[in-house]
Amino acid sequence: MVKVNGIELDIAGKTLSEYLAETDYDLKRIAVERNGEIVFKAEYESTVLEEGDNLEVVSFVGGG
Amino acid sequence: MISRDEWNEALIARHGQELHDRFSSATAAICGLGGLGSNIAIALARAGIGRLILVDFDRVDITNLHRQQYKAEQIGEYKTEALAANLLEISPYTEVKGVTEKVTEDNFLELLEGADIVCEAFDNAEAKAMLVNGVLQKLPECYLVAASGMAGMGSPNRIETRRITDRFYLCGDGVSDVEETMGLVAPRVMLCAAHQAQTVLRILAGEYEV
Repeated sequence: MVKVNGIELDIAGKTLSEYLAETDYDLKRIAVERNGEIVFKAEYESTVLEEGDNLEVVSFVGGG
Repeated sequence: MISRDEWNEALIARHGQELHDRFSSATAAICGLGGLGSNIAIALARAGIGRLILVDFDRVDITNLHRQQYKAEQIGEYKTEALAANLLEISPYTEVKGVTEKVTEDNFLELLEGADIVCEAFDNAEAKAMLVNGVLQKLPECYLVAASGMAGMGSPNRIETRRITDRFYLCGDGVSDVEETMGLVAPRVMLCAAHQAQTVLRILAGEYEV
C-alpha cells in the first residue's frame, strides 16, 4: 500500500504519472512530496511508487 | 530621523544580539506583493531583516486596498516602488531591492539570486506551483515558505503552518480557494502572511520544527 495524503491506496507498482492521471489533480497546480523529498516534475513518469511509500500531493488553490 | 545605530540598538534590546545578527544578515525574497507579500514584507522589515527582494510586475489598484499594505494615493504606482516607499517610512535601514518583472520558469533563478529564503506569495495557483517546484529543484540551498488557502470568511484557526520537506513550509488552510469563496478578506490573508513571516524568522533563528 502507498499512503497518499494520509489515505492508504493500492497503487504500488504504478508510476507517479499513472497514479496522477487517475485523479482529478491539475498537474499545473501541484507539488508532490515522496518520503520527505520533492519529486521533480520531470521525474513523475519515471518514479515508480513502492510499497510503504508516503506521498503528499500539495494542490495549490488561488488567493494571496 | 533615527540613526542606523539607534535602529539597531532598539532591535537588539528586543531580540538580543544573536537573533538580531541572524535576522540582519539575511536576505528574503518575496514573490508577489499582494495581500500576502505586502504584509510579509512589513513584518520582516519591522523584525530587522537585512535585505528584502520584492518581486511583482503589477501596479497598485483600487481593488487591492481592502487587504494590501498600500495607500489610496499610491494607486497606479508599481507595487515594488510603493511598498519600498512604505517600508522606508517604517524601517529606514532595511535594504530593499525591487524587481518589477513577472516571474517565470525561465527567469526565477536570476531574480531570486542571493536569497536565503523565498516566500511564495502569488495569487494564482499555477504560479504558486511553478515557483514551488522550481525553487525546490533549482535552489537546493534555499528555504521556501509558500501559502495555499486563505480566502473567505472561514475560521482564523484553520490557518496553519506545515513542514512538507526539510526546506519547504506551507501556510494556509489548504482549501479556501479565492475562486470558490467571496474572495480575500484582510485579516485572514494577514494571518497567513504572519504565519509565513514568523516561519521565515524561525528558520533564521534555527527553529525548524513547526
